[in-house]
Amino acid sequence: MASYPQDARFGGFVGSLLWLIFWILVIVALVGLPLIFIILFYVPLPEIDGEVLTPYLFLTSILYPQSAVPVIETFLDSTLFKVAVFPGFTYGALIAAATIFIERKFLAKMQLRVGPLYAGKIEGILQLIADGLKLISKEIIIPSGADKTIFWAAPIAFVATAAAVIALIPAAPGWVVADIDVGLLAIFAILGFFPLIALLFSWASNSKYPFIGGLRALHQMIAFEIPFILSALSVVLLSGTLNLTEVVESQIQSYWFILFLPISAFVFYISSLAELERVPFDLPEAESEIVAGWLTETSGMIYGLIQLGSYIKTYALAALFVVLFLGGWAGPQIFPAQIIPESEETLIPVLYDATIANAIFWFTLKTFGIIMLMLLPRGISPRIRIDILLHTGWYKLIVLAFINMFVALALIYGGVLGPGGLLVR
Amino acid sequence: MTSIEEKFEESKRLGLQIVKESAEEDRLMTLSVGPQHPGSGHFRFVIKVDGDYIVFCDPDPGYVHRGEEKMCEHRNVIQNIPHLERPVIHDSANINYSYSLAIEELVGVEVPRRGQFIRAIASELNRQVYTLYWLAIYGIFLGHSTMFMWPTGDRELLIDLLEALTGARVTHAFNIPGGVRNDVPEGFKDRCLRQIKYLQKRFKEYEDIFYNNPLFRQRTEGVAVLSKEDAIKLGVTGSVLRASNVPFDVRKAEPYDIYNEIDFKVQYMKTGDCFARAYVPLLDMQESCYILEQLLDKIPSSGEVRAKLQPNPKGPPGEAYRRVESGRGALGYYIVSDGTPKPYRVKISVGSFRNMLALPHLLVGQRLADMPAVYWSLNYWPVEADR
Repeated sequence: MASYPQDARFGGFVGSLLWLIFWILVIVALVGLPLIFIILFYVPLPEIDGEVLTPYLFLTSILYPQSAVPVIETFLDSTLFKVAVFPGFTYGALIAAATIFIERKFLAKMQLRVGPLYAGKIEGILQLIADGLKLISKEIIIPSGADKTIFWAAPIAFVATAAAVIALIPAAPGWVVADIDVGLLAIFAILGFFPLIALLFSWASNSKYPFIGGLRALHQMIAFEIPFILSALSVVLLSGTLNLTEVVESQIQSYWFILFLPISAFVFYISSLAELERVPFDLPEAESEIVAGWLTETSGMIYGLIQLGSYIKTYALAALFVVLFLGGWAGPQIFPAQIIPESEETLIPVLYDATIANAIFWFTLKTFGIIMLMLLPRGISPRIRIDILLHTGWYKLIVLAFINMFVALALIYGGVLGPGGLLVR
Repeated sequence: MTSIEEKFEESKRLGLQIVKESAEEDRLMTLSVGPQHPGSGHFRFVIKVDGDYIVFCDPDPGYVHRGEEKMCEHRNVIQNIPHLERPVIHDSANINYSYSLAIEELVGVEVPRRGQFIRAIASELNRQVYTLYWLAIYGIFLGHSTMFMWPTGDRELLIDLLEALTGARVTHAFNIPGGVRNDVPEGFKDRCLRQIKYLQKRFKEYEDIFYNNPLFRQRTEGVAVLSKEDAIKLGVTGSVLRASNVPFDVRKAEPYDIYNEIDFKVQYMKTGDCFARAYVPLLDMQESCYILEQLLDKIPSSGEVRAKLQPNPKGPPGEAYRRVESGRGALGYYIVSDGTPKPYRVKISVGSFRNMLALPHLLVGQRLADMPAVYWSLNYWPVEADR
């Protein structure tokens, strides 16, 4: 039982916070900064454009922003930036966060509700932060008899695997973490880990409902893996490459592949809903049947991490749809060549690139469109049953995917697409 | 490595009591659904699954037993009104309706004509409130969140209407022995007609988004069929009975109050599957709208709404059994009086408990995923069944 002091006051609370900040400042100034300078004194600093990167350079860049340009450009070109910020984890996580908020408001409007309203005054914009803080502050309960190692490792593995998919997706020309020749194959290899994680976690929970949920997840993901791969195979036939950047470029040279492969795009969309365990394929988390499926024993931030992972996965699969069928970053040029007349005072004109800005804009816009399309069934559809689901996955979708594959083959041998085709510009 | 046989022998040698399970039993998984399962309510049923199929079902009610019948024996008939509506607060006008009818028969009092009409209006509105709530839960049980929000929101309008009529949002204590507690407020008729018109529009939208959804059809059509013979043999009632091709409605079979003056059809379906059991309540609600329109049309413009009763009503020794059609089927009260103000014995016969008896019959042989669809299609309200 928690007990509160009788004389607790808000003023006292604010006072204690101020004291805390004061002591943090004192410790940083007296201990932290000297320590950093001692380390910097002994550690050799990298050299950029003939100048050694020193703390004094940072201080001069406050007065002369131009002196920081080579430093920033080096940082933007580094792999660390690509992995951590764009098009890597931060970009994916931001889109995931926006997706959660949009989903809640969108669904609420569909169901004659208001959705998040109070946190953050403006339409509940800070609801996600409030939810995150709540999840972090909650106790993590591990069931007795659970396999603790796997129980802790599975959520982290889930987020890491979801983020690994992002690394292979090109968001703009040249902006991709790993530009490899077997990009599409690598994505399917990584996606193959998800049923394994779900099954391991459900087994580690040592409980009946998670076990049923894990088995359902396994059945579902395996049943939809094959139509998923087959639908992407038609794209590979048309573009003649597994490299995702080249897939986009071949679409820019001809037309978006959704015009030639509408059935494949449909199969891909349905299969990604099943991969993501979204309604109507949310069988592994079916609340009224098996409590919360394989997430039954999750609590606190373990649940939060799995949710974050699944929304990052949503972004990754929507982005993959855009790359495969909607021409990636292709779109009419709407950004001007220069936003501000070039002057010596600001950094923006030097770092601004109209092509890249345009590519990022169109890529993000298309991805959000596909994400909205993925959210839509949640408002209009009940849950599907497992036997109908397996029947759909193994029988109907595979046939549909094959039909469009033959269409793709006919297009290539008919000389419409492919090298030197009629529609290739 | 020791086999199961060796383990069993060893445990016998150590004096441990271990029940040896046969290989058949070993492959079954026992699941306790409820009372903390999100798909059960205040109710538990133990099921055994073989793979994805349910092979055994044992309903276990009684988590919310209040002893309503015993409580009745310690209070006089007027004091009994508020606590008797607690088992089904969403349908409180109907659960008090049959109690009032039985008491009136015992005491021997005639309800004024205007009072009878207002009673019927409250009862019809309240049945719709209950059915909308039931429908909302049926939606969320099948994973359709929009179908949870829409009826819950529309139900709010009817609750506001009932609040204007009775003064309370859910537990009205409105239908009492001798008539109703108070007259209708000003402008009630227009407001009620407006809401009915709105609801009739909404019912079509429910059909579009829920009943005509191909996934919903796939999940419910031909699932857990209750044949006409079985339905009669098991003694189910209400919408479950009408879904199995038995057009039985207490309002039609044994008309009470002014229901013999009202022109309405008994809605029923022939298939007896989950879809029929889910669809008949919607048809009932549509029919109820027509009944309400007639009631509002025919209601006498003035007159008494409540017969004068003595302060502590009591009748000669005797017994009475009266039933009404509630949201879950026939709801009857059997009351024995020994001539004192307090009833000697009160027996409440509710539709929920009768429908629950069909659960093991229907659930065995179905898939685990059909469990919520079958269970909630039985129109079962756990609190009412426990009384």
